[in-house]
Amino acid sequence: MPTTFALPLVRLSVEQYRRIVAHCYFGLPDEACGLLAGPVLGAEATGLITEVYPAVNADASSRTYTVDGRDYLRASRDAEARGDEIIGVWHSHTHTDAYPSPTDVRQAVDPMWLYVIVSLRDEVPVFRAFRIRDAQVAECQVELIGASSSL
Amino acid sequence: MAVEVRLPTLLRTHTDGAGSLQVNGATVGEVFAEVVEAHPGLKGQLVDDAGSLHKFVNVYLNDDDIRYLDGLDTKVGENDVISILPAVAGGS
Repeated sequence: MPTTFALPLVRLSVEQYRRIVAHCYFGLPDEACGLLAGPVLGAEATGLITEVYPAVNADASSRTYTVDGRDYLRASRDAEARGDEIIGVWHSHTHTDAYPSPTDVRQAVDPMWLYVIVSLRDEVPVFRAFRIRDAQVAECQVELIGASSSL
Repeated sequence: MAVEVRLPTLLRTHTDGAGSLQVNGATVGEVFAEVVEAHPGLKGQLVDDAGSLHKFVNVYLNDDDIRYLDGLDTKVGENDVISILPAVAGGS
């Protein structure tokens, strides 16, 4: 079914990509999570990621995650000090696809946000980005700034 | 006594895009009542029907989670900052 909402091109640096994936591996055997910051134009994230904030998974679980509230508070302050906003969240799926689970869809916080999921199921990590709006999931293209090709 | 209330992007649709509000009140609960009166779209978003803090919202008075203070009865003072953050969670 075609989506009825805009899908930004998600752009992040190779270094930010590596920090996200490294944090996901570091969190094993539990799911890992963190927050994404970037500019907002109108009421929409542009897709540009300006900072990534690894966070504690307060659930300490291999099946669920909750971003630690204090980590969120710190990230939010830092992002705003830079003139940006928290515009999304990433988390790992340790044994499943890099695709939002029914729990992810049900608990999606903000229709403006980007939802990055890193699957560690296979030997090579799979990094995908989505928008989740009105229980609809749509995938965003991801571009690594400074890399020779898109993901 | 005016305090600053900081709102996440999610709730700004109810405040004409404003991410920061200056609000009067002696407790977090009083401040929230003022916020909802000025921005009725926020009704039910901060406090549930039973008058408790909404379970999907985390509220910080400066650096402290008000659930570990006195909840909505937590006293606030001049220049305090109340940050409202949605609970961010999911799972495979």
